[in-house]
Amino acid sequence: MMRSVRGAFLAATMLAGLSITASAQAADSIKVGGLATLEGAFTVLGQDGLRGLELALKEANYTAGGKKIELVKGSSDATPDSAIRAARKLVEQDKVDILVGPLSGDEGVAMRDFAKTHPNVTFINGSSAAQDTTLRSPAPNFYRFNTDGVQWAAGLGDYSAKTKGYKRVVTVAEDYGFPYSQVMGFMLEFCKAGGKVADKFWVPIGNKDFSSIIAKIPDNIDAIYVALGGADATNFLTQYEQSGGDKPMIAGSITVDQTVLGAKGKRRSYLIGTPSAGPIADTWDDAKWKQFVADYKKAFPDGLPSPSLFAHAYYLAGKAMVEGLNEVKGDLGDGEKKFQAALAKLTMDTPTGKVSLDKNRQAIADIFLTEVVEGPNNTLMNKVVKVIPQVNQTMGMDEAEFMKLGPASRDNPECR
Amino acid sequence: MKQFILTTLNGLTLGALYFLVASGFTLVFGLMRNVNLAHGALYLLGAYVGWTVADKTEYWLLGVAAGFAATAVLGLGLQLLIFRRMEGQDLRQTMVTIGISIVLADLMLWFWGGETYQFSPPEVIDGSLLLPFTPNWRYPSYRIALLVAAAAIGVGLWLFLNRTKVGMMIRAGVDDRAMLAASGVNVQRVFAITFMVGAGLAGFAGVVGGTALSIAPGEDVRYLLASLIVVIVGGLGSITGAAVGALIIGLAEQYGLAYSPTYGAVYTFLILVAALALRPQGLMGRRA
Repeated sequence: MMRSVRGAFLAATMLAGLSITASAQAADSIKVGGLATLEGAFTVLGQDGLRGLELALKEANYTAGGKKIELVKGSSDATPDSAIRAARKLVEQDKVDILVGPLSGDEGVAMRDFAKTHPNVTFINGSSAAQDTTLRSPAPNFYRFNTDGVQWAAGLGDYSAKTKGYKRVVTVAEDYGFPYSQVMGFMLEFCKAGGKVADKFWVPIGNKDFSSIIAKIPDNIDAIYVALGGADATNFLTQYEQSGGDKPMIAGSITVDQTVLGAKGKRRSYLIGTPSAGPIADTWDDAKWKQFVADYKKAFPDGLPSPSLFAHAYYLAGKAMVEGLNEVKGDLGDGEKKFQAALAKLTMDTPTGKVSLDKNRQAIADIFLTEVVEGPNNTLMNKVVKVIPQVNQTMGMDEAEFMKLGPASRDNPECR
Repeated sequence: MKQFILTTLNGLTLGALYFLVASGFTLVFGLMRNVNLAHGALYLLGAYVGWTVADKTEYWLLGVAAGFAATAVLGLGLQLLIFRRMEGQDLRQTMVTIGISIVLADLMLWFWGGETYQFSPPEVIDGSLLLPFTPNWRYPSYRIALLVAAAAIGVGLWLFLNRTKVGMMIRAGVDDRAMLAASGVNVQRVFAITFMVGAGLAGFAGVVGGTALSIAPGEDVRYLLASLIVVIVGGLGSITGAAVGALIIGLAEQYGLAYSPTYGAVYTFLILVAALALRPQGLMGRRA
């Protein structure tokens, strides 16, 4: 008796779960899946990513190519399998026509492989930025309108070595695809400019206690290159400070973004002067960027003080999707082939300048070299030092030569 | 050498934090045979409440007190209103605690958002101090304070259990509940007190642990998992076991992170497997 009651209870909960997800699809609407990390260490980033996508859709009044757009959200926790589980649900159960996402590096690599198994669905990357997602064995129906982790580091290595005068650094980064890309991008220039990377520390994603890594950081270095995101970056910085560490920081693209600058607590004076590079710069003095920030703030009064890199990347994805759909007048027949061809040819005018795709459907766009300064009202912000125009995936190098460097990994590249 | 000593200290302090969380968990289990899977949620709730109070009043210690008080009251409420009604039904109680933890996690996400919060501990313990007998090695003062606090709580709990009347009742209850009730003790009151102290300890650990690291959604599951591993290794229901288990797990995690970061997480589970295979009742546990 007890057993059957329990069984009925289980069945009831499962049914309740299903009825929420399965909603009817109207005939002339387009269903779009929005996938981001709404759980785990990257929750804030995921929330902001979806704000970017919603902003792009809101601007288009939730219509594109004459059809209504219906957004279904999915959540992952930055692990590849959670992303695939969520994507599978969106594609196979909710039957979305287009999937926008995922957010994090390794999720992107997994999504590329998943995309190959669903050729009739178009995948537009959210903000994931591991280089291999589009550089090695790319999926024909996977489009990335944001630049990747290697591209994001354009200018940073050079600036650290030449202007800041750092000669010997160590790196601290999370142990997965995106930070590998970031460290590689930084080292390409830094090593060429004569810098040395004494050691590289890779920490498991979501790790909270960095004290043993900090104990291993040698004293004879000039700076630490840190590529950690969200909660992880905050934790590392606190513990580094508490242990009496005072070496200046060189930051990865997501280390000192709005989520960290806006984090509560005291860290201001240490952060000032930290160089970084990435696809956006909060305080860029440009009319279109300012308009974008104003639109974001108006649409999401309880959002971050300024759109994060994730909101920006998802916004680009959403905007590309809307423009592509407009081009083909919402025609997604024939396995979405027309729509995909339109996406591949798209050249967008965005808040951060021109964005176009290369032959691997990977974005070529401007990169911003920034430094943390104190802004008005006691806020910290990233001030633009330099804009590096139209950075491509091979960092301006010859493609064959770049491919010879091999994929970014724990031990590649090296320059001790 | 420096690295080894610092890593050992890190392991000890992480173990201290795990002990603070797991002691409440094991206390409740030992007496009530209730695997409280909402313990992690109580940890996080205590941390959030503590942060809010500390932020408003600018007194960190008030935050610690508030974290303890808030979860203690909530724990008392849960025991009186919910668990009391399903006494002796272990499975049902466990299921209910899972439900409570999910509901609490979502409520907290709604109320406090997904941001990472950090405490500002008092000046005295916010910085680094020179380690004695060493050539200029520095170590975070806060983590030393954490170690001291955990030791104090451990001693306090031991005194509470071994030197007070309520503690005596709790120990008697662990051994034989029916006999305790038969000898005229109001078992329900003992249960309520135990649950209150256990939940309060979770909230206290939330503030103290949140200050050492930070608080963000997801911490609840992390610490619930840590407590589970600690009490499985140390022995369910034993405070000494929780202390031993916490130290083993804390040290294993830190040595793993320092000497083989890629496989750091594996050691914890190897210890868990070894404990389950060789001594399923835990190092300090008694056979049920």
